Amino acid sequence: MNPFIEQLLGQWNYYLVIVLMMIGFYGVIARGNMVKKIVGLNIFQTSVFMLYISMGKVAQGTAPILTGDPTTVYSNPLPHVLILTAIVVGVSTTAVGYALIIRIHESFGTIEDDDIIAQLDDEEDVS
Amino acid sequence: MAGFLVNASLIALLALIAILALRLHRLFAVVMLSGAFSLVAAAQFVVLDAVDVAFTEAAVGAGISTVLALATLSLLPAQEKPHSISLVPAFLATLTGLLLAVAVSDLPVFGDPKAPIHNHVAPEYIIGSEQAIGVPNIVTSVLASYRSFDTFGETLVVFTAVLAVLLIIGGYTRTPQKPKKAKRKTKGSQNAG
Repeated sequence: MNPFIEQLLGQWNYYLVIVLMMIGFYGVIARGNMVKKIVGLNIFQTSVFMLYISMGKVAQGTAPILTGDPTTVYSNPLPHVLILTAIVVGVSTTAVGYALIIRIHESFGTIEDDDIIAQLDDEEDVS
Repeated sequence: MAGFLVNASLIALLALIAILALRLHRLFAVVMLSGAFSLVAAAQFVVLDAVDVAFTEAAVGAGISTVLALATLSLLPAQEKPHSISLVPAFLATLTGLLLAVAVSDLPVFGDPKAPIHNHVAPEYIIGSEQAIGVPNIVTSVLASYRSFDTFGETLVVFTAVLAVLLIIGGYTRTPQKPKKAKRKTKGSQNAG
């Protein structure tokens, strides 16, 4: 078989996850609404978690909980631990992001970034 | 092959949810779709043998994040201003994706037991944790014992985040303000006059 196609078949999971990641990335940079930016960031973040978890998968393996049978193949527990920590840190940063959005809405009356930039420009014009 | 089908269809579902979440303009629907994304991601983690991660993602990603987002939405306008598809960000995202794909092509084959990640410290955790810690779940023993300082750092991050949220919107350090109405129009007419 063509080595290129063979590699594509061997790593299909990573490529699919990259597609997901880029959907989230597009949301972060293209959308002006701040709630949507945070949702895009969440999608991006969860896809990165998926990439790490994919690396820990062992073919024919099972969840890393000891069964007592010495022939059992376990998936790698290390990425799981890292991602557990990352999920909790992710939700903390999301919470701070939402708090900032509420604060911005109080000050500017809008959560669209182009409106906020226009307001700031107006204030410069006045002064 | 069955694994491939399950995995690929779950990722296709995730992509569909993600695209819908970015296309819709009602923020309530967007936030609910974001919760659904986390839930399907949890199912994907179960397929990839990461049961603890799936558990946390379902509880924290689909649960707490959605609650936080809904609480935020109750104070914000419900609709997003419609936008057309912007080409520069789409181009940037495609370019970044291509670069990532080039980088990923150096990774070992998916599920390969001989990959370097499975052959250094991981076997020691798998073989040694029962003797050293005595908990059947290896993820628990690594999280709470081998790498407990990491977990302590994580707790500190959560504490800092709570502190930051309280300082930003807590009301202890500032006087509450009425949300300003968007007053672009009035300003413009003043300028004209």
